[in-house]
Amino acid sequence: MRIHGLTLLALVGCQAPGPAVHPGAPPAAAMASVAPATDTGGSAAGDLGPVQGAPIEAALTSPPVVPPPTGRKVPAKVVVNLEVRELTLPISTGVDYTFWTFGGTVPGSFIRVRQGDTLEFHLRNHPDSKMPHNIDLHAVTGPGGGAASSFTAPGHESRFTFKALNQGIFVYHCATAPVGMHVANGMYGLILVEPPEGLRRVDREFYVMQGDFYTVGKYREKGLQPFDMQKAIDEHATYVLLNGSEGALVGDNALKARVGETVRIFFGNGGPNLVSSFHVIGEIFDRVYAEGGTRYQENVQTTLVPAGGATIVEFRLEVPGTYLLVDHSIFRTFNKGALGMLKVEGAENKGIYSGKEVDSVYIADKAESDEAIATAAEGLKAGTLTTEQQIEAGGKLYAGTCSACHQAEGQGLPSVFPPLAKSDFLMADKARSIGIVLNGLSGKVTVNGADFNSVMPPMSQLNDDEVANILTFVRNRFGNTGEAVSAAEVKAVRSQTPRPPGAAH
Amino acid sequence: MSALVLAWLLAAPAPVVVGPGVYRPLFPADPALATVPVAAFRLDVTPVTEAGFAAFVAAHPRWRRDRVPGIFADAGYLRHWASAEGPGAGARPDAPVVNVSWFAARAYCQARGARLPVEAEWELAAQAGDHGPVGRDEPGWTQRILDWYARPAALPGPVGQRPPNHWRVQDLHGLVWEWVEDFNQAAAAGDRDAARFCGAGSVSSTDKDDYVQFMRVAFRSALAGASTASSLGFRCAEEALP
Repeated sequence: MRIHGLTLLALVGCQAPGPAVHPGAPPAAAMASVAPATDTGGSAAGDLGPVQGAPIEAALTSPPVVPPPTGRKVPAKVVVNLEVRELTLPISTGVDYTFWTFGGTVPGSFIRVRQGDTLEFHLRNHPDSKMPHNIDLHAVTGPGGGAASSFTAPGHESRFTFKALNQGIFVYHCATAPVGMHVANGMYGLILVEPPEGLRRVDREFYVMQGDFYTVGKYREKGLQPFDMQKAIDEHATYVLLNGSEGALVGDNALKARVGETVRIFFGNGGPNLVSSFHVIGEIFDRVYAEGGTRYQENVQTTLVPAGGATIVEFRLEVPGTYLLVDHSIFRTFNKGALGMLKVEGAENKGIYSGKEVDSVYIADKAESDEAIATAAEGLKAGTLTTEQQIEAGGKLYAGTCSACHQAEGQGLPSVFPPLAKSDFLMADKARSIGIVLNGLSGKVTVNGADFNSVMPPMSQLNDDEVANILTFVRNRFGNTGEAVSAAEVKAVRSQTPRPPGAAH
Repeated sequence: MSALVLAWLLAAPAPVVVGPGVYRPLFPADPALATVPVAAFRLDVTPVTEAGFAAFVAAHPRWRRDRVPGIFADAGYLRHWASAEGPGAGARPDAPVVNVSWFAARAYCQARGARLPVEAEWELAAQAGDHGPVGRDEPGWTQRILDWYARPAALPGPVGQRPPNHWRVQDLHGLVWEWVEDFNQAAAAGDRDAARFCGAGSVSSTDKDDYVQFMRVAFRSALAGASTASSLGFRCAEEALP
């Protein structure tokens, strides 16, 4: 009996009784007769006969790694063992979040099978889990996508079997009530059903998945951050991330490839709410299998990936450097974390690209290691923060947030951006400098005898400790010497500044 | 039994009266039952503790983990105990007992002359806030419960550390999940109505925003009578005194 209740609670997709045919739609036979010769035949052609050989245990991989091609020519029985873990992991530097995961990672383990395979799916829920979980695989043909059959209490295991009838790249996710919360906590991943002949050969394959996250504290507010249900309902994401963490695909964790190689990215979007405008800065997708479908579009700049959907992109690398994976709904990249890197090594080709690196404008504070920032955050929390730690962290933040205008050595740009180096204006008034960072500045100012009449936008998205570290850095570098700025001082200035509703924080 | 444990058991507060009141099930078995009147009953102030359950097992050895039949308790039953006799010297006697099956919880309450609360009773008690019989409109009430759901399960701390609610009951949220007599009620409501399966918000639920109740219904419906979990305990109920 309880199985029925599970379906009820699983809140899976709508399965209307009877055939869902639009009024006036041509009968199926007529449709078939006009279908192109290359039609794969869909699920009707997906049963490639009985399973052959001994069962195979699926090789599951953690992102960004993709399992190798199956290389099989006949249908197999594939056993999938997937374990649900509830884990507290970093979501950003100094910020932890309790993720619910398939296989211990966000996104969950990548599953790769061949069309016509029969999957024996074992879903285990770790004994230390607090919640029941299940799985709805979009690759399943059958009500609920497996959700009802896999509803699993902590410490238990459930099993179901399905035949992968349709080829393509599919999202899987948890569909336990409340579904939105389970998905928002990271319970999604991808399953690839290869066409019978396999995918075209490429040099490298990567697994990247976007998701939006909702925390009680604001973006980068330190400590363990609980899930915020109201923000999730309102669709006000605190973070939009690739592979579940701000650091997942940057710095040492960047994807790596070489000039001359063709790469394929399986890009999924777990949601729960936001649709992704997936783009790689500096590249053009040679082929996009839009929505994970069978046919490809060529020469695409940006492709839309719906929540609960996925796509396959392929492109050849001609020029070395760092390419940025972003959601081109671009505030998500610069203010919510939706950024990854593909680092490409190899010989320059000046005939294709002159080679000037403009990474600093784009990469912001993600280019460098966040270790110094984390050290300062821990020091602040423990009450042991030193001025040197603030300067170290502030330097990293400066490179990302400030250097595009004020320049790497604080020299500014004559008549456009005022200098911070040996700046009389900066050093004259500490409280004023805090206010300018938080609230911006427009209009005429005189710095070191030169007039500037420009606009600096408010940087109120920065946390109090980040502003304090940046100001401590600029007040003690570039030929300046001054006392440190504390987070408490920033907080005091921020609290005195009224902002209209809707302004950042 | 140590003197400490005995003293603690004797100090456990008597059950308190909850109700009468009205409970709104998330998935009514029948549209006519959108609200369920609940008669007054008595409910334990806190969940049953390790000490309490150890005393029960000592008196009823057939509920030892090495003797209980598999149909009454799965392999996780009392797995956190140091031995079949009890939780061990290192464990807190005042922590709620977990890893107990529905059959075992029922037997405990019966041995005491009590019973498990039914879902409507438990939910009536649990919907109370700090200041009144319905807490969901009190500031921060829902988020406080969700925060607990969002923390990974660790063995729980002692009972009785949270402020009593409107009915003077403690620990209904934030410590452990709890068994109820009719835990599979929502599941048993069944699949009569295909519309229940449809869409992202379950059209048949009475309150789509009551996420905290959603979580409990989801949890209960994942269970079978022999199930155990490291975050699942129970408390007992009794009839109201005449």
